[in-house]
Amino acid sequence: MSDLTAAVRRARRGKRPPKRPASPMERREARWGYAFIAPWIIGFALFWLIPMLASLVFSTLDFQLTDPEATSFVGMSNWERAMSDPHTWQSLLVTLRFTVLFLPLSLVVALGLALLLNSAHLRGVGFFRLLFYAPSMIPLVAGILIWQQVLNPQTGWLNKIIGLTGVQATGAGGIRWFDNPVLVLFAFSFIGLWGVGNAMMINLAGLQGIPTQLYEAAAIDGAGWWRRLRTVTLPLLSPVMFYNLVIGSVLIMQYFVQPWVLFGATGHPEGGSRFLLIHFYQQAFVFGNMGYGAALAWFIFLVVAALTAVLFGTARFWVHYGSER
Amino acid sequence: MSVAAPERPEAAQTPARTHEEARMRRRRKRILWGGGVTLGAFLLVSLFLMPLGYGMVTALKDKDGVSDPNSPILPVSAEVFEYEGEEHEVYAVPMPGGEVRELALIEPGRESSVFIDPGDPGAGPIEWEGRWRTLDPVRGFNPQWGNFAEAWSTIDFVRLTAWTLFYALTTVFATVVSSAIVAYGFARFRFPFRKALFGLLMATILLPPAVTLVPKYAVFLQMGWIGTYLPLIVPHFFANAFNVFLLRQYFLTIPKELEEAARIDGAGPIRTFARVIVPQAIPALTAVSLFHFFYAWNDFFEPLLYLAGNRDIVPIGVGLSYFSGVYNTEPHLIMAASLLALVLPVAIFLAAQRVFVQGIVVTGVDK
Repeated sequence: MSDLTAAVRRARRGKRPPKRPASPMERREARWGYAFIAPWIIGFALFWLIPMLASLVFSTLDFQLTDPEATSFVGMSNWERAMSDPHTWQSLLVTLRFTVLFLPLSLVVALGLALLLNSAHLRGVGFFRLLFYAPSMIPLVAGILIWQQVLNPQTGWLNKIIGLTGVQATGAGGIRWFDNPVLVLFAFSFIGLWGVGNAMMINLAGLQGIPTQLYEAAAIDGAGWWRRLRTVTLPLLSPVMFYNLVIGSVLIMQYFVQPWVLFGATGHPEGGSRFLLIHFYQQAFVFGNMGYGAALAWFIFLVVAALTAVLFGTARFWVHYGSER
Repeated sequence: MSVAAPERPEAAQTPARTHEEARMRRRRKRILWGGGVTLGAFLLVSLFLMPLGYGMVTALKDKDGVSDPNSPILPVSAEVFEYEGEEHEVYAVPMPGGEVRELALIEPGRESSVFIDPGDPGAGPIEWEGRWRTLDPVRGFNPQWGNFAEAWSTIDFVRLTAWTLFYALTTVFATVVSSAIVAYGFARFRFPFRKALFGLLMATILLPPAVTLVPKYAVFLQMGWIGTYLPLIVPHFFANAFNVFLLRQYFLTIPKELEEAARIDGAGPIRTFARVIVPQAIPALTAVSLFHFFYAWNDFFEPLLYLAGNRDIVPIGVGLSYFSGVYNTEPHLIMAASLLALVLPVAIFLAAQRVFVQGIVVTGVDK
C-alpha cells in the first residue's frame, strides 16, 4: 500500500512542469495558508528564534540579575568559564549516565508491559491497562514525594520488601537510596518508571496494528514466541520504538523536577543530582549570572542537537519503515 | 479457576478418544496459561502500585507511627481508656491465673499497680503485683483521618487548586484555539515552504526550552511580568507543536467534500473552518484539551521560574514542593497532601479515559 503511494508520488513529481508562475487562485490559497499559520510563525519568532539568538548574544555579556546596570561585553569568557567549570562536566556526566541507565530500562519496561497487555492469555485487559497507566496521571510532584517516602531507608516499603529476600536493606548498613551518587540514579529510575504509561500505550497501539497474517505465516514456518518477537514484532514496532526513544532522550536532557524537588540545587549526593538543567538554573536564576547561564543554555542546546543527530543518524540501521521494503 | 482432571481410562484408545483428549489437553493448557499470565500481571501491578498503598497507609499514621521503623504496616496507636475524666493507657497484663487481660493503668507504682477493666469499669480497680514498665501496651487500628484535614488547611489546598485550575483552563483555551487554526493551515492549504515550515514546527519539540529562557526572563522582568501568570499564559496563544501535529492528523481525515460544499454555498475559509471543521473535530479537540490540561497540571519549571517571589499564586506542583521543604519532618502530612493533589487529575482521567487513550495513540503511531 505505502509502496504504491510512494510510487504515485514519484510519478507525479516527475510529471510536474518545472516552475511556472502561480495562478491567482494558488496565490490566494497560499495567502490564506500563511494567514492560518501566522500565530505559530509569530510565536516561533517571539518565543524561539529571537530568544535563541539573543541567548547567544547574552552569552558574551557579563550580566548580573542583581546589577543589570553594570552589564559589560566579555567576549568568550563565559564560554571559557563553562568549559572549565567542573560542575558543567559533572552535570553532563550525570545526565548522560542517567540516560544510559534509564532510557533502555524504560523502553524495555514499556515494551514488556505492552506485550503483556497484548497477550491473548491475559484476562481483564482493560483493568490492567488502566492500572498500569494510572500512575502516569498522578501529578509529578505528588509522585516524587510518595516515592521519597517509599525509598526511605528505614521506614520505606522498598527496603522492607528487599529485606524479605534476606538482603540487609534497612538499619545501619542498609541501602541508602538518596545518599549515593549511583543509587540515586536508581531512585530517579523508580520514579521515572511510574511515568512509563504513555510509551506503553503507544507500543500497545503499535502492536495492535501489526497484521495477524504475519504471525500466522511465521507460526506455519515453525517460529516460536521468541523468534516471532524478533523477526516480526520488533522490526514492525521499530518506528514506534524510535519515537519513544527520541521523546525519552529529549525529556531526560531536560530533567529537572525530580532532582529539584528532592535535593534543590545542592547536587546531593556528591553531585549525583546535578543534572544539566539544575546546573543551568542554579547559575542563571539562583545566582543571577544571566550571561553565564546563557552560555550554559547554549551548551545544553549543542548537546541535545548532537544527541538528536546521533539518534537520527543510527535510525536508518534499525528503524524499519514499510515504504522501504 | 480450576478444572477437574478428566478420568483417563487405561483401556486401548480409539482414534476418536485421542482426538477428544488432545482437545481437552489444549483447553487445559490454555486455561493454565491464562491463569499464569493473569496472576503474573496481578503481582506486577501490585508491585507497581505499591507506593500508592504505602502513601495511603502513611497518610493515616500519627507522627510516632511514621518515624518508627518497626511500627506495624497499618496505622495503629496505643489504646487509651477514659476513666473518671482522665485518659489511661491500656496494657496487656498477665494475670496470676495464667490468662492475659487488657487493662487500663490508672495508678502506676514501682512494684505493684492499679488497673481497671475497660470492658467492665464497674467491677472496680484491680491490684496487680509486678513492674508495669515491663508490660506491652495494647495497640489498635487507629487511622488518623485528621491528617487529611490538617494537610488540606496547611497547604491551603483550595487556593492551590483554584490557581492550578485557572492556569490549566486559560492555557487549554489559548492553545487549543491557536493550535487548531495553525493545524488547519497546514492541513488544507498549499503554499511555498509548507513542508519546511512544518518540519521546523516539529523540530521545536526537540529543542530544549532552556536555550530561550535567559532573554525571555530578562524581557519579562523589564515588562514587570515576573510574579504574574502572564509569561505562563501568553505564549500559549501562539500554538504548540504537539497539539498542531495531533489536530492536523485529524483534520486530514475529514473528507474534503464537506468543505467544498461549504465553499459552493459561499463560505470563506474562516467560516468553513468554524462551521465545518471545528464541529467535525470535536473528539480531537477534546483529546488535545485533556492533554494540555494534564500538562498544565504538571507544569513545574516555568511556574517555579516566573512566579518566583509570589508564593501566594503558585500552582499545586510548586506549592507541594514548598510544603515538603518546610514540613520534611512530618511525612504523614506530606503523604496526605500528595494524595489530595492526585485525586482530581486521576478522577478526570478515569472519566475521560477513552478520548485520552485515542489521543495518545494518534500522537505516537502516526508519527
